[in-house]
Amino acid sequence: MALTQDAVLAGIKEIVVEVAGIDANLIAMDKKFSDDLDVDSLSMVEVVVAAEEKFGVKIPDEEVTKMATVGDAVNYIVANGK
Amino acid sequence: MTQRRRVVVTGLGATTPLGGDVQSTWTNLLAGKSGVRKLEDEWAQEASVTFAARVAVEPSEVMERVEMRRLDRSEQFALIAAREAWKDAGAPDQIDKERLGVVIASGIGGVITLLDQYDVLKTKGARMVSPHTVPMLMPNGPAANVGLELQARAGVHTPVSACASGAEAAGYALEMIRNNRADIVVTGGVEAAIHHLPMSGFASMKALSTRNDDPAKASRPYDKDRDGFVLGEGGGVLVFEELEHARARGAKIYAEVMGQGLTSDGYHIAAPDPEGAGVTRAVKFALQDAGIPLSEIVHLNAHATSTPAGDVAEANALASALGADISHVAVSATKSMTGHLLGAAGAIESIFCVLAMYHHVAPPTINVENLDEAVTVDVVRDVPRELPAGSIACINDSFGFGGHNVVLIFRSYEG
Repeated sequence: MALTQDAVLAGIKEIVVEVAGIDANLIAMDKKFSDDLDVDSLSMVEVVVAAEEKFGVKIPDEEVTKMATVGDAVNYIVANGK
Repeated sequence: MTQRRRVVVTGLGATTPLGGDVQSTWTNLLAGKSGVRKLEDEWAQEASVTFAARVAVEPSEVMERVEMRRLDRSEQFALIAAREAWKDAGAPDQIDKERLGVVIASGIGGVITLLDQYDVLKTKGARMVSPHTVPMLMPNGPAANVGLELQARAGVHTPVSACASGAEAAGYALEMIRNNRADIVVTGGVEAAIHHLPMSGFASMKALSTRNDDPAKASRPYDKDRDGFVLGEGGGVLVFEELEHARARGAKIYAEVMGQGLTSDGYHIAAPDPEGAGVTRAVKFALQDAGIPLSEIVHLNAHATSTPAGDVAEANALASALGADISHVAVSATKSMTGHLLGAAGAIESIFCVLAMYHHVAPPTINVENLDEAVTVDVVRDVPRELPAGSIACINDSFGFGGHNVVLIFRSYEG
């Protein structure tokens, strides 16, 4: 079954809550990881590894550098997940 | 020649086996309570030593989960103690941050993180090793995190000299202010090494007490039946400030930092020099640096870890350095209550010295049931002892594996 945007966003929310302790209600597609969610470059590595585990998708480093917002990450995972 | 810049203590913070802050720690210290307990950890049940002195208040009780997970336990202790000390100093946030320094030491650094992440590597693979591993395990991590929080820009430093680290940090802080690199330096030491591996290492050296049947009696400096030290954990932080800077802002002044003496033994990697020559020299250097009459020295917080060789070598060295003046020095071995906090020992014991000068009282030494006859210094036993009124001073000595000797002198501040 293909991953839906809603399902991936919900999963990313869980991960960001765990890593950065941000209120889940504040996490949305347009939020920036570093500026809005207190996810610095080290914590972003944690988010990516956790997302790869959760969704069974490989996210290459060059893609990670392009992921400024939650939406960027969600869209990549939806497009590349199985 | 311009007069030397004077340095005073304007803030204190601690998390120790006796309490989650300075007040509770000091109250329990004066009450002669032991912070040593049986370990609940699974690994400890089969270990040769089954007890230690864990902090009385877990960091999770005072720190947010998300902040904690990016910090080694030693870094958590540093931030908890530094926040208390900074607040106690009146939170002088208006200071020019280029005149604010941090010197916080650790003997071993983030050893628990290192070992935990090695377990992750072995069981889950390299990919799952936390990106926070290196900032968490580096020994300068505690100082760096405190420096970041306070935005200190005069310099952030971490002297490492095993169990003398905390005292060496205070000495470094003293010099930073004297040399006009900073007006305020937040200084101290932390340690978080209660884990199967470091404890096994110390046990293999025969350094630890094995009194598993009676943990609270295990740390017994100067007692005939002492059989090793008790590993402790925690942190202590002091705010050092240039005297005129402190007066100008009306800060509370606990005591003055008078001087330090540093030497090395050149004798053995772990054993103390039985002659204690390096200790004697360090005391003499500290007295010269302090420039105070020996008659003012009325108290000494000894390193006294409860090892058979160390306690007597130290006591003899102190007697040799102070001569006849040792007779009016009340000696306290507070590790009898806190256990040995390694790189934090010199820091919490500096706090105890500062409070002893402030309140004119020497804390007790517990568990001295039969004083070792070889110990000729005047040990304060079981109950606190009032110290003379007027201007008084005390010595805090700390030694570390590697042959490091650090002696600090604090004096009551009379205004």
